[in-house]
Amino acid sequence: MSEIDIRSLLSGPEPDPATDAGYDRDGHPERVGFFTDTSVCIGCKACEVACKEWNAIPEDGLSLTGMSYDNTGDLGASTWRHVAFIEQSAVTRGPGTTAGAGPETGATAGPGAPATAVPGTAAPGDGGPGAAVPGPDGRTELRWLMSSDVCKHCTHAACLDVCPTGSLFRTEFGTVVVQEDICNGCGYCVPACPYGVIEQRPQDGRAFKCTMCYDRLGEGQEPACAKACPTDSIQFGPLDELRDRARRRVEQLKDAGVADARLYGEDPEDGVGGDGAFFLLLDDPEVYGLPPDPVVTTRDLPRMWAHAGAAALSLLGGVAAAFLTSPAVRRRGGSVTRATRAARPGPGRGIGR
Amino acid sequence: MGVRSRMLEWPVYRQLTGKDPLGRGAAAKSRQSAALTTRNATADRVVKSVCPYCAVGCGQNVYVKDEKVVQIEGDPDSPVSRGRLCPKGSATLQLTTGSARERHVLYRPPHATEWQRLGLDEAMDMVADRVVRTRREGWEDEHDGVPVNRTMGIASLGGACLDNEENYLIKKLLTGLGVVQVENQARVCHSSTVAGLGTSFGRGGATTFMQDLQHSDCIVIQGSNFAEAHPVGFQWVMEAKARGARVIHVDPRYTRTSALSDQHVPIRAGTDIAFLGAIINHVLTEGKDFRDYVLAYTNAATIVSEEFADTEDLDGVFSGFDAEERAYDPTTWSYSTGPVQAASGDRATLYTEHLENRGGTEQQESVQEAGGSESHGSGGAVAVPEPERDPTLRHPRCVYQILRRHYARYTPELVEKVCGVPREDFLAVCDALTAGSGRERTSAFVYAVGWTQHTTGSQYIRAASVLQLLLGNIGRPGGGIQALRGHASIQGSSDIPTLFNLLPGYLPMPHAHAHQDLDSFILGSRTEKGYWGDMRKYMVSLLKAYYGDAATAENDFCFGHLPRLTGSHSTYDTVMAQLDGRCKGYFLMGENPAVGSANARLQRLGMAQLDWLVVRDFSLIESATWWKDGPEIESGELRTEDVGTEVFFFPAASHTEKSGSFTNTNRWLQWHAAAVEPEGDARSDLWFMYHLGRRIKERLAGSTDPADRPVLDLAWDYPLEEGPIAEPSAEAVLKEINGRGPDGRLLGAYTQLADDGSTSCGCWIYCGVYADGVNQANRRKPHTEQDWVAAEWAWAWPANRRILYNRASADPDGVPWSERKAYVWWDEETGRWTGHDNADFIPDRAPSYVPPPDASGPDAIRGDDPFVMQADGKGWLYAPAGLMDGPLPTHYEPQDSPFHNALYERQSRSPVRTVKEREGNRYHPSGNEPGAEVYPYVVTTHRLTEHFTAGGMSRWSPYLAELQPEFFCEVSPALAAERGLEHGGWATIVTARNAVEARVMVTERIRPLTVHGRTVHQIGLPFHWGPNGIAPGDAANELTAIAQDPSTHIQEDKALTADIRPGRRPRGADLPRFVAGYRERAGITATTGTEARS
Repeated sequence: MSEIDIRSLLSGPEPDPATDAGYDRDGHPERVGFFTDTSVCIGCKACEVACKEWNAIPEDGLSLTGMSYDNTGDLGASTWRHVAFIEQSAVTRGPGTTAGAGPETGATAGPGAPATAVPGTAAPGDGGPGAAVPGPDGRTELRWLMSSDVCKHCTHAACLDVCPTGSLFRTEFGTVVVQEDICNGCGYCVPACPYGVIEQRPQDGRAFKCTMCYDRLGEGQEPACAKACPTDSIQFGPLDELRDRARRRVEQLKDAGVADARLYGEDPEDGVGGDGAFFLLLDDPEVYGLPPDPVVTTRDLPRMWAHAGAAALSLLGGVAAAFLTSPAVRRRGGSVTRATRAARPGPGRGIGR
Repeated sequence: MGVRSRMLEWPVYRQLTGKDPLGRGAAAKSRQSAALTTRNATADRVVKSVCPYCAVGCGQNVYVKDEKVVQIEGDPDSPVSRGRLCPKGSATLQLTTGSARERHVLYRPPHATEWQRLGLDEAMDMVADRVVRTRREGWEDEHDGVPVNRTMGIASLGGACLDNEENYLIKKLLTGLGVVQVENQARVCHSSTVAGLGTSFGRGGATTFMQDLQHSDCIVIQGSNFAEAHPVGFQWVMEAKARGARVIHVDPRYTRTSALSDQHVPIRAGTDIAFLGAIINHVLTEGKDFRDYVLAYTNAATIVSEEFADTEDLDGVFSGFDAEERAYDPTTWSYSTGPVQAASGDRATLYTEHLENRGGTEQQESVQEAGGSESHGSGGAVAVPEPERDPTLRHPRCVYQILRRHYARYTPELVEKVCGVPREDFLAVCDALTAGSGRERTSAFVYAVGWTQHTTGSQYIRAASVLQLLLGNIGRPGGGIQALRGHASIQGSSDIPTLFNLLPGYLPMPHAHAHQDLDSFILGSRTEKGYWGDMRKYMVSLLKAYYGDAATAENDFCFGHLPRLTGSHSTYDTVMAQLDGRCKGYFLMGENPAVGSANARLQRLGMAQLDWLVVRDFSLIESATWWKDGPEIESGELRTEDVGTEVFFFPAASHTEKSGSFTNTNRWLQWHAAAVEPEGDARSDLWFMYHLGRRIKERLAGSTDPADRPVLDLAWDYPLEEGPIAEPSAEAVLKEINGRGPDGRLLGAYTQLADDGSTSCGCWIYCGVYADGVNQANRRKPHTEQDWVAAEWAWAWPANRRILYNRASADPDGVPWSERKAYVWWDEETGRWTGHDNADFIPDRAPSYVPPPDASGPDAIRGDDPFVMQADGKGWLYAPAGLMDGPLPTHYEPQDSPFHNALYERQSRSPVRTVKEREGNRYHPSGNEPGAEVYPYVVTTHRLTEHFTAGGMSRWSPYLAELQPEFFCEVSPALAAERGLEHGGWATIVTARNAVEARVMVTERIRPLTVHGRTVHQIGLPFHWGPNGIAPGDAANELTAIAQDPSTHIQEDKALTADIRPGRRPRGADLPRFVAGYRERAGITATTGTEARS
């Protein structure tokens, strides 16, 4: 253990997380991931359904959110893929790129145009003929961004680092998975996630999130969402290959004049050591409800251990009490996630009922 | 497990001794994780199947474990889908195995307030008894003095979600019983496609296949929300885009399709003919047509009769218009070589002559109403085979010059005024389309029900056909017109029709007045030239399939057994017959008219007049429960205890529980095999029809009544599969459809059919699907092992041809127009056509071949006539026959419109549209008519990716319902401000028919347009909802009226007018009062909007 720098296991560059998680360097499979190219996403939500069907995730809400065509709202315990819909008007976006422009045919986006999302759908009186400020070409073209979000399977995954039971673990594929037979519903992972992905399921208490179909990977199959995706917006494969492909795709789009195209979560030098699931975006991450500069929350863990230790001592009594109560009561334990989720920037403005 | 192994597996031990010092990986892996496997990897078997939702026809693998379906996912081998599935396809496991499916027969006795259980056998017996009784009560030996041999007491609706084999048995049994009111979703979705494409090219199906879109240089998607309604098919548009194609979406709404297109052109709903007509004008005036193609392959040079007068001459009507009859006499539209020859008259003309002898006009109307236009689904309309031509195109009466004059006023300015499309946007479309067409390039049009569902629907399709012919885009790779179908086998339920006006293979149903015997039937329909000239062979072979040994040359092959039409018996006419108490028994087989058909309220009120209703579906859809909890119960218009209708609910088997074939939007027949037995009382429709027919035949056995003879003669012996439920063999039915020769051997092609009764064939265009005794629809050679045509995957009609009219991909000499667009060509050495596809041509007919003057049928096809089903071998820019509303598409305003027609003072709406003057189906004042301002907004209905049609296969599915849980309306911010609508709040939308409430979605995706110099607002309404299921909502079809295209009886629900106001709609009896109040304010009477000509 002494020869391993603990700090590098918690943050910074990490070329081979599986080996550092104890898998045989030569024996473990290549690290795999998702590359979600939002420039070809048609917002069909096949990923959401295929995921739910494969993983037998319960339906989780039958109400209209009013956030464009997004009635899913957010990633959570029962939503492991979430398609965000962002309606943008040229009024705020500048002269018009056509959304999802093909490599050869994209229009030019205005240089330096501030890219501000119109969250969800516009409010009455926001636009209409005459109300919008036309771009230099006299048009007020709008853009409808769609993007399928998912657990990022971070290179440095704080959820995993804070998991006291070993339920969350790094697989031989370099992915991060919750083991349902181990999770005791403590919920530490929930605030640890810099993306607000993982969540406890009400009535169950345990934490759930995308497993990148760990079971399917073991059988040599691709994850259900990537398999279903009608336009190959969700691509699955060895992470290195995906990164190469993604960089080429960005170049291609930029050559075609889509100046806003950029990758998100692809950089191994970023705050989480790069994501196992990264994205090609057509606007700033905030527009899609993604944090602009996520940092693994356990980066300063060694320093935090002192505090955590003290806290743990004082909680010992409570833990003992928890063990004495019935499992049913424990599972009903509320989730802190709603508050967490409300606090982070969402893709749109919801409506009440 | 020993102590030692437990110790070794202890995570802490593994952490301390292994390479995972932090215990975050290998050391933490649980026993369950280590032992993970998947339910598809451990399945007992994988069954090849096809998605049951839309008509893209995605391949599915169905995984079965312990005789249960445990997983369904995309089949990576499929060339159509490449393993991908949309959200609906991804939810088929829930659809087929979920708890929403009913498993028991339910019965509602007359006047009862609740369902009760009933045994399956008892229910079948009861239905058989009722069919026999009602058939007899509604029996007509004669109608207006001519034999009709039919019953008007029974009707059937549904088939587009069913297998071809099921449709075959439904049509066969009901036709055998003398039931003519047989209809399915194709009527309300794509009937105008059949008429529009059929009269233009000779066949009524998409001219191409979706995968070939990848070769397009420009794709115009108009009247279709491709990405949302056919997501997996849309991958081929994305492929084209990745190769540099320009993608244009013309649509009233900015949809998910628009979001992925290079250009979105918002257009006022109902004005596409003005838009397309202006592109035609642009092409003609700028000389952008592909002249060599146009001259050789279209009827541009053909001279038209001097009696023809255009709408431009007669202020909005063509010559031959009879305002009294609201109909055209099409004689003057014909080619100049004189009026259509007596020997080969179109049915309407033939019948006119017949009537001249009898002196009647009412019957003439009845023949025209009988929907003959759709009989051009695989065989063009009758015309002179070798008409007079002027290759210089200068003759004032040649089609080219007529086109120029007809569209001269369709200018960019007119487009701006009528469609609300700025001229620069319009010209950008023209530029992209013409730049993407020609010798080296091809462009494709893709449409769906945004075009078909209009009072001029057939002419929308014609307009695109004219344009694509002018640009030389038909029959070539990357070109064509893709008519996107929306049900798994709606193409199949047109080909093997459960439609009142058709027999299998687009043979017309005989008409009482025009077709008294087989000879007059053939005479009235066949063409002199081309494959439609062999119609007698197809018909006789069908009669042999229907009546077996009973059909002989001596008895006209039982032609007299067939029930006869006397006008339109479309599903909307059936509703009228139900309201009038004439139609008393009704089968609904996978269709939900109580929310899915226009004027939903009348649909339900019609059902309330029935003696009995049979509903076959997965769940208790609105059409099954209206007597209990329908909107009229709430409004007090109906009281459950007063409703005398007996209702039978039979749970249906899913696609995983039965074998059969679906025909997708590519015209491909794809076989799906049963994976498991259906549970409980669930049965296939094949089972239902077979055993119902068996029971009915038992009941009528020994009858000497001549009316029962057709039933007793009906060939009804099908082998049963092994197993507990006595399922008839779907393969046996497919074999009957394919046809057999004199020796009983399965035929390989329709060219083997004979007219002497020695061959039988249940659907001539499907002949060959069982060639060599092999189920060709079940061929599944992976797409990775063949080219994009994928000729060895499934089977396409006709003759496994994938691009129709592909002879046109080569020039008249048989050489590809360009190397880039080579597809099939003449091989001089072998003396045959060759290339990537089966040539849609006579395989060994040389390009230089000129037939002798006395040749007929296929022998009369010239070596450079690519349209082998057409009477003259040409693509029809101008349709001298075949459609009821004119030889050329003309812009008319929709039935309900805020504007008067900008083109014609005296003619705002189509003069020959079909209107139903009936209480509950009132129309709006339009344009300048007083009261039009009461319904000032344009409404268009649409689909969402997450739902399916009227919701029967999605509103009960939690995974789909949660994605789009509520009925909503899309409005622009400006309209919201104008009407005080609040985003997320409620709005009430009202027409003269009814009112609905919807959640408000304020979005800039809906853009107000400037039309006729003023702002017009459009409202989008998804039509998937209804009161039942886990995601209920009002049905958009409460608002729509029954106003129809005269050629095909399709209803107009893609463009209407309405008012919108904030808040929820009134409840109870207040609702009809509220709607009536609007009618009063608008001054609506029985005749409002019903004029033929003003």
